[in-house]
Amino acid sequence: MLFQQLLNGLALGMAYALVAVGYSLVFGILRLVNFSHGAVYAFGAHAAAFLIGYSWGLLPAVLASVLLTGLLGVLIDRTSLRPLRKKHSPPIASLISTIGVSTILQNLLMIAMGSQKKSFPALFDFGMITIGTAKISWTQMIMFAISLVLLGVLSFIVHSTKIGLAMRGVEQNGKAASLMGIDNNFIVTFTFFLGGASAAIAGVLISGYYQVFYPTMGFMVGLKAFSAAVLGGIGALHGAVLGGLLIGVAESLAATWMGSAYRDSVAFLILILVLVVRPSGLFGRKGITKV
Amino acid sequence: MKRLLSVPDNASDKLEALLHKYRWVLGGAGALVLLVFPLFGFSQYIMRILILIAIYTMLALGLNILTGYTGMLSLGHAGFYAIGAYTGALLMLRLEWNFFAALAAATVLTGLCGLLLGFPTLRLTGTYLSIVTLGFCEVVRMVIMNWDPVTNGTLGLRSIPVPTLFGHSLTLSNHGLYYLALVLLALVSVCCVVIINSKIGRAFLAIKADELTASLMGIPTTRYKILSFVLSAAVSGLAGGFYASLIGYIDHNSFTFDVSILIVSIVILGGMGTVKGMYLGAALLIVFPEVARPFMEWRFVVYGLVLVLMMHFRPQGLLGRRSRLPYPFPRLARERLQARARSKDEPQKGEAAGITGAQ
Repeated sequence: MLFQQLLNGLALGMAYALVAVGYSLVFGILRLVNFSHGAVYAFGAHAAAFLIGYSWGLLPAVLASVLLTGLLGVLIDRTSLRPLRKKHSPPIASLISTIGVSTILQNLLMIAMGSQKKSFPALFDFGMITIGTAKISWTQMIMFAISLVLLGVLSFIVHSTKIGLAMRGVEQNGKAASLMGIDNNFIVTFTFFLGGASAAIAGVLISGYYQVFYPTMGFMVGLKAFSAAVLGGIGALHGAVLGGLLIGVAESLAATWMGSAYRDSVAFLILILVLVVRPSGLFGRKGITKV
Repeated sequence: MKRLLSVPDNASDKLEALLHKYRWVLGGAGALVLLVFPLFGFSQYIMRILILIAIYTMLALGLNILTGYTGMLSLGHAGFYAIGAYTGALLMLRLEWNFFAALAAATVLTGLCGLLLGFPTLRLTGTYLSIVTLGFCEVVRMVIMNWDPVTNGTLGLRSIPVPTLFGHSLTLSNHGLYYLALVLLALVSVCCVVIINSKIGRAFLAIKADELTASLMGIPTTRYKILSFVLSAAVSGLAGGFYASLIGYIDHNSFTFDVSILIVSIVILGGMGTVKGMYLGAALLIVFPEVARPFMEWRFVVYGLVLVLMMHFRPQGLLGRRSRLPYPFPRLARERLQARARSKDEPQKGEAAGITGAQ
């Protein structure tokens, strides 16, 4: 039983990690919690379901939705965040702006597609495998594998490419990076694209797993992913992965022992606990306030 | 120096100055209109909307203490609203307490919840607080849904009694609820004004302007942040207790994240840090969906747009003042400065330069 829940948790947690990475990337560069990320995730799932519904085939539909969602992330930055950065608004202004964007997106999805839960086509439904006493479905295995590969790709982009070097440069010191000839705005745009695209993939994977999607689906997952990002140390990529896995496992264990009614609240309890005990998270650097 | 203290230089500044000059006349006229409003014989529907506006104004005033004065954003005030509503309703239903006692208990208990939540989280920066409060609101809803023996689960609480005063029921039809709402609103508003003009209020504003500097000035910032959080939560609890009695039926769906967003939108639209702005913001955003019935499903899109556009074009809100000074001087100091600016013979350059430099 324990082993079974562990497996379920790991599969789900890996998908949470994909969403958490989006928070982490944006937070690293802008020092901003991007509240619209949950809604972006929901948009990704909706776009994929919509395109699959138009008989695009699975792969083209998913690719197109990933691209669209990435562009949506860019659009959000261009319309609601960049003007504020240009005016040097206080951080709270950007935060409120992303909350506004999140509300707009979620409700536009509701108006366009209806607020009821709709069934998402099952992905990779090849049956179950038995490992010892536990059963794991192919859907879960493939969800885990795809997330792992994508996180590897993201990590490669950030740590081993030229643009990743620029991203890390902007993260450490935006002004110095721009003096070195890095276009800060382009880096931010690129980061939002990466965040949006990974959220869309996570959206497709999680919707395929539960076989259901609805406009407010991003709310809970967004909160859990944020908890994961904070748990791992916000701003650190591998932290987001570990945080996602821990949250996923904690959630499925809680569902067994505390009853499914409270499974969603576990993430917040962890979040509050982390904030009290170790606000910088597992892998986060301790922020030093410079005077 | 003169430019700093007066002389409006564009239309919106002129409007601000005008509003400020006639604030007693406008406020008095507004209060009089509100007092005699029931005499015009409007339908119960209109009166109910007015009371709802009063409730949301109270909620916005509560959040304003936190967001407008101390500069921290909470996205979970619906949680405090719910705690207040459930406490009030349960005390009246199960223990048959008097409405006013229940309301007071709801206010105190919600303040205590604010203390419990604020204690661990307020040592952190603002963005974490927003998320934690958001999570808190969801946890409150989950507890309400699952703690069946007390909260009656998803079925909600029914037939919550109306307030009674000396044996008379206060209802919509005899305008008792309306006047009760006015009294509570006035109470909360006066409290807010008193707080902001006191030492506590100045500490809040200092924390908002620059927390580090505030702590260097000897303000125990964590203590004041928690105080601000507790006050804010208590006001929301008061509004919640009254809401339960007005509607007569509450369940977990009355206190969703959307409610929190609505409260934040009111504060932003009206103008963070103002009291009058909360009245205007609540009136506009509560009346809007009633007037624009065909656009009912669009209203949350509009609330979101309000947030984004206000941050873009008028971050200080409709009635907010863009302070030209780092923070509004207390009246005495302001008058002294003005007097000094008028008679230029005194050699006070050092002091004046210090203030101008800080601009």
